[in-house]
Amino acid sequence: MKTQYLKDVSTLKLKSDRCTGCGRCIEVCPHNVFGINDGRSVIVDKDRCMECGACVKNCPFKALEVKQGVGCAYAIIMGWLTGTEPSCDCSDNGSGGCC
Amino acid sequence: MQITSRELKIIPTSTQLTFNDVIGSWKARWGINRMNFIVEPGLYSVGNPSSNSSVLVSANYKMSFDKLRKELKAMDVWILVLDTKGINVWCAAGKGTFGTQELINRIAIVQLEKIVSHRTVILPQLGAPGIKAHEVSKFSGFKVIYGPVKAKDVKEFINSGMKATAEMRTVRFHAYDRLVLTPVDLVLSFKVSLMIFGVLFLLNLLGVGPFGFIDFYAYIGAVIVGCVLTPVLLPWIPGKAFAWKGWLLGIIWAVLVQVLNGWPDAPQYSLLRALGYLLILPPVSAFYAMNFTGSSTFTSFSGVLKEMKIAVPMIAISIFSGIVLLLVNSFIKY
Repeated sequence: MKTQYLKDVSTLKLKSDRCTGCGRCIEVCPHNVFGINDGRSVIVDKDRCMECGACVKNCPFKALEVKQGVGCAYAIIMGWLTGTEPSCDCSDNGSGGCC
Repeated sequence: MQITSRELKIIPTSTQLTFNDVIGSWKARWGINRMNFIVEPGLYSVGNPSSNSSVLVSANYKMSFDKLRKELKAMDVWILVLDTKGINVWCAAGKGTFGTQELINRIAIVQLEKIVSHRTVILPQLGAPGIKAHEVSKFSGFKVIYGPVKAKDVKEFINSGMKATAEMRTVRFHAYDRLVLTPVDLVLSFKVSLMIFGVLFLLNLLGVGPFGFIDFYAYIGAVIVGCVLTPVLLPWIPGKAFAWKGWLLGIIWAVLVQVLNGWPDAPQYSLLRALGYLLILPPVSAFYAMNFTGSSTFTSFSGVLKEMKIAVPMIAISIFSGIVLLLVNSFIKY
């Protein structure tokens, strides 16, 4: 059974004019978001994106943008409470579910 | 002039997991010694690797390292373990400790260029959120190849000439994958539960209660619904938001609690108390289900934030109103 999350939320953006079609984004994406069309990368299904940032980091041509972040409620709560950016830091204090 | 050269340090390891390795993994799943389940960063040899053998990069969380090496039976390879502070590859990549800098440094520290004649390192694909592959090659001379998501596919990946199928590149999240992640949340929830029981016990002493066995099992049930049942049944529960899915199973549990106590024919407690349970139990499940977003493999930051902006206030209001009803109920009785 397929796991799906909320629609129309991902901040992923692709600037086609910068893309050279090297295929690195297709290689690193864990959710099969990209495809190749006419020698350039295209976003096939943006709703599958989890904003992990793998494609952005590995694009040598800076053709991709995303607000990289952790999809973790506990991290966001801790961010709210401590006034910091939510990060996957639950491992440091031994609480929370992620990692 | 004296030229000093650092010694090459290679740590031999095996593909056979010992009884202690397996127990260690099991304990980590239950949150026991999880933050100290580590191996030393550095270069490891599996079998009898030569200067032509592949170099596989991993994290120093022992569960990650063990999952990799047990898949390398009858192979001669190197494993380069990065210092990820005992965190698994994917989470460490998200934090940046499985990162470009650490990889470049670790390659230099173990003097990888003296050990292998080729200039390639194979990284787990889930390390990619922390690594700029083009910068690694620029600064270390080593080209980054992303291997499959799962360690069990590594052998096939190498044997097929570094080709990963689309299946190998996609993260799955089957019922069993979800189940093994639930104990940690359950154990952590017990700590919170103990505090709540402490408060209820004090209220009982003060004569505000009495809170009893029904409250106890109703609450524990709601926690299990949120921490275990919702994650395992995740894709089959209607809706998309985790909190909603948890609430839905939670309301079923809350109704079941009422039925177990004689509703609607012979109720064993007042309507006020029944309403209190209906307001408290579902959001408790919703809260724990929402926290499972952190364990899941497909939720985005933007999505979780959107879900929480609605869910958190509703959870708070609902639980607060429910507690007020329960307290009013016990005041009326005494």
